[in-house]
Amino acid sequence: MMTNTNQRLTQGQFSFLPDLTDPQITAQIEFALKNNWAVGIEYTDDPHPRNTYWEMFGNPMFDLKDAVGILAEINSCRKTFPQHYVRVTAFDSTRGVESLKMSYLVNRPTREPGFGLARTEVEGRNIRYRISSYATDKPEGERYGQ
Amino acid sequence: MSAPDLPPAVDLQALLSASEITPVLDQLDAELVGLAPVKRRLREIAAYLLVTKARQQLGLEASAPSLHMCFTGNPGTGKTTVALRMASILHRLGYVRKGHLVSVTRDDLVGQYIGHTAPKTREVLKRAMGGVLFIDEAYYLYRPENERDYGQESIEILLQVMENQRDDLVVILAGYKNRMDTFFQSNPGMSSRIAHHIDFPDYGEDELLAIAQQMLVQMHYHVDAEGERALRDYIARRIQQPHFANARSMRNALDRVRLRQANRLFSQAQGSGSALTAEALSQISAADIRASRVFGVNTASLPDAPYP
Repeated sequence: MMTNTNQRLTQGQFSFLPDLTDPQITAQIEFALKNNWAVGIEYTDDPHPRNTYWEMFGNPMFDLKDAVGILAEINSCRKTFPQHYVRVTAFDSTRGVESLKMSYLVNRPTREPGFGLARTEVEGRNIRYRISSYATDKPEGERYGQ
Repeated sequence: MSAPDLPPAVDLQALLSASEITPVLDQLDAELVGLAPVKRRLREIAAYLLVTKARQQLGLEASAPSLHMCFTGNPGTGKTTVALRMASILHRLGYVRKGHLVSVTRDDLVGQYIGHTAPKTREVLKRAMGGVLFIDEAYYLYRPENERDYGQESIEILLQVMENQRDDLVVILAGYKNRMDTFFQSNPGMSSRIAHHIDFPDYGEDELLAIAQQMLVQMHYHVDAEGERALRDYIARRIQQPHFANARSMRNALDRVRLRQANRLFSQAQGSGSALTAEALSQISAADIRASRVFGVNTASLPDAPYP
């Protein structure tokens, strides 16, 4: 995560692979729909690994039966936030599971500076580590350029 | 152009059995009474799609055919039922991916204020992707008397999707014949994008009787010969009266007959205190049917109200 492999954020599924193409995303959505998972789209410009809750783009798509509608929504999110991270999630509502079964990035900023590691020396010469994205010094919306 | 990997011939019979379309069409024949022109038209469309599929396998056909349809007919003539079947026919032939039917009316498509319509229509279209979008009483989308009506916006989005995403969804418009004709006259773009216009004829008295009997069987009731005569009389009188809605009227009439039957059984049981057999519970007598108001009233002097 913090080593910024190939200058790319690696979170969720498929993130060490080249970016998914639209047909590949469609196939993944079909898989989620086949399992009756609700597909959602989320975006953020603060991709800190502890930032679990990204902003939702629209509602989770409980009622869609086909991937084409969801792909259209993904494209509209990409158009609205071209320089944000966008991920697609699939939520399994089975009782006792009730959590995400899939999560993968479908959009990333053109330039990803990665994360910095800061060491703080505390009592007894212990070291506390803190990681922060180089991009998050700027205010929300300006972090990865327009 | 002939690619080297194309087969020299296609087996239409094999295609037909692979698509499992015959059982759907047979079910349609068995379950839907009458509607001969509609059934013939559905068989034609199915055959056309199958042949198109064969042509595609031989590389003769490049683009998918336009499958948007318009169902016209009076209320209760089976437009929604046929649309449901159409969805499963198209699914088996592989022209829609999921084969679900999304049934909407004007309220689901048109918004109430500026900027509300487009997202609402898109939402519905997204839901219908991979299936069939059934727009009931489609002529309400266009209101010529109000030029600021948002229906036009909805129609434009529909047209765009009908043209550009032909293989993602099939749109079926439904409504009364004359009002749909007016609708198409004022929206020539819509008319030219719809390839199949199917007209649903009204049912005859014999067909209505067959429908009523089929409904009774489905609800596990039965009538004797006397009751059947009463039912026939009822249909002959009901057809003359205003607000007659074909099969829907039959369903409503049967619901009221069941009500009267229950009432009769109840008062009988209170009198005698004896237990009821399954036979008695599923028997509908002629008296239950003849108690309808249709029999007592002069047809000409009836108010425009539904019949109890």
